[in-house]
Amino acid sequence: MAGLKTGARLRSAVCTTEVMVISVPDKPAEIACGGAPMIDVAEAPPGDQSPSPDAAEGTKLGKRYVDDSGDLELLCTKAGDGSLATGGVLLKLKEAKKLPSSD
Amino acid sequence: MNLMMLLEMAAAGFGDRPAIESGSDVLTYQELFDAAGRAASEVQASGAERMALLDVSSPAVPIALFASAWAGVPFVPLNYRLTSEELDSLVGEIAPSYLITDPERVEQLARVPGTNPVEREDFLAEAVGGGEAAPEWSMDPDEIAVLLYTSGTTGAPKAAVLRHKHLVSYILGSVEFGGSGAEEATLVSVPPYHVAGMAAILSSVYSGRRVVQLPGFSADGWLELARSARITNAFVVPTMLARIVDELEDAGSTDLPHLRAIAYGGGKMPQPVIERAMRLFPETEFTNAYGLTETSSTISVLGPEDHRAAASSGDPVVQRRLVSVGRALPSLEVEIRDPDGKPLGAGEVGEIHVRGEQVSGEYLGRGTRLESDGWFPTRDSGSMDEEGYLFVEGRIDDVIVRGGENLSPGEIEDVLLEHKSVVDCAVVGIPDVQWGEAVAAVVVLRTGMSVTVPELQEWVKARLRSSRVPGRIEFSAELPYNETGKLLRRVVREDLAGDSS
Repeated sequence: MAGLKTGARLRSAVCTTEVMVISVPDKPAEIACGGAPMIDVAEAPPGDQSPSPDAAEGTKLGKRYVDDSGDLELLCTKAGDGSLATGGVLLKLKEAKKLPSSD
Repeated sequence: MNLMMLLEMAAAGFGDRPAIESGSDVLTYQELFDAAGRAASEVQASGAERMALLDVSSPAVPIALFASAWAGVPFVPLNYRLTSEELDSLVGEIAPSYLITDPERVEQLARVPGTNPVEREDFLAEAVGGGEAAPEWSMDPDEIAVLLYTSGTTGAPKAAVLRHKHLVSYILGSVEFGGSGAEEATLVSVPPYHVAGMAAILSSVYSGRRVVQLPGFSADGWLELARSARITNAFVVPTMLARIVDELEDAGSTDLPHLRAIAYGGGKMPQPVIERAMRLFPETEFTNAYGLTETSSTISVLGPEDHRAAASSGDPVVQRRLVSVGRALPSLEVEIRDPDGKPLGAGEVGEIHVRGEQVSGEYLGRGTRLESDGWFPTRDSGSMDEEGYLFVEGRIDDVIVRGGENLSPGEIEDVLLEHKSVVDCAVVGIPDVQWGEAVAAVVVLRTGMSVTVPELQEWVKARLRSSRVPGRIEFSAELPYNETGKLLRRVVREDLAGDSS
């Protein structure tokens, strides 16, 4: 998944998860959901597939997911059954920063 | 990126929650989403290249905002306080347009070529009624989401361009998705053509807060609605807060049990007003938000903790922060620079610069004002303290140059406002043969109080350098403000020039 940019949208090949890229590391990142590489949101998923059991904790709408370095950050725009991962390592849920409401 | 992504997530996450409340009409998030889709289809069928709104707040505003994003045309909320000549010219400029307005204006606007005026009630009936949704929206982040014509205090009006990437970045950088409780409701009293009006809708949608609209502000109307609609959050401009505080002090009771938080911005807040408000609402959290149209609204906030710390601290550095606009959002960088572009240190006054994904800095047909490295010169002067608290002095164009010395009107106004007899004031530069410009002030006295010009001059002299003492002070019953609380300094200057002849 070379050339991935902030704002790009991806979908899971094996569940309903969709994400938007908030930040990416400088080097190309392989992003997976449910154990399968994610595809461009405009592509049709292969169908008839389900997340592999070791990547099936699910994604939550509106939550952010980050890798250990914090360089890769994804926003879940549609929830699903698969778990997000990069380089074979599951992403972690990022705690929301509490900001006072300004409008 | 598209604003519709925010509403789609809200509809998926909490579709049954009330989204928009106006009078007895309530739309849920799912209903708002469906209405936007049908309205988008109408706009596309009309062949319009822009969707405009010339009207007060109503459910038509959020529907039209999202319908524009869905249809792929810019949303253009117009200022209904402009003269009909000004409006005819603007409406001509944005043609071909689909224009939502009130019944009284339809006939005249229909005469502007390429304009399809639609009465608000007809638009709403169509949008919330049956009908097909438009096809899927574009995700091109560079498409224009909103065009906001600035108040145009000088010269021809110009439209700030806010693209989807700017507004979506602002929301993602400052609001937690679904972060509001189901009981939370925000009272929107700023007009739709103000960037704060747009930001209030987008922030509320993404956080899952019910938006309650007040078309046309009055202090008693605001208080009545805050009580009856169980408002928990509100955004006001300083003049609105001043009137609310006056009204409550007269009534001798606050009685707003649901109100948890008040955010304010859109102009300089006089220190006495915020102090009185904090006394009246000891349990309410106050947040000061500073931003510009060109920056997709808020770029820095002074939060509730900062307000409490400033009010209770014995340290003058911390106390002074009550009049600061707080610290930059984590997603942005802010710097103070001198006229040569060199970054300045803590406490030094220069031009406020900001950089970040929400910053547009672009005007329609005039290109970008961003520097090559992405920094936006705001034309606001200010300083930052050691811990990053930002102090805004005012527009650079308002700085008074007296005998080669730059004087900030805000600094002199702050000192005048500390006088117990002064309730409001404006300091401007007026032409002067000897100094180039001289300092003049117009002062509004508190009811029942009096003070002489020499007494006020002495008051300023005791606190600031003598060059800052207004050589001329006039008294007036009130100062000229626009409807969102911006002091019209140009009018003050003109009035003073007219008087002196």
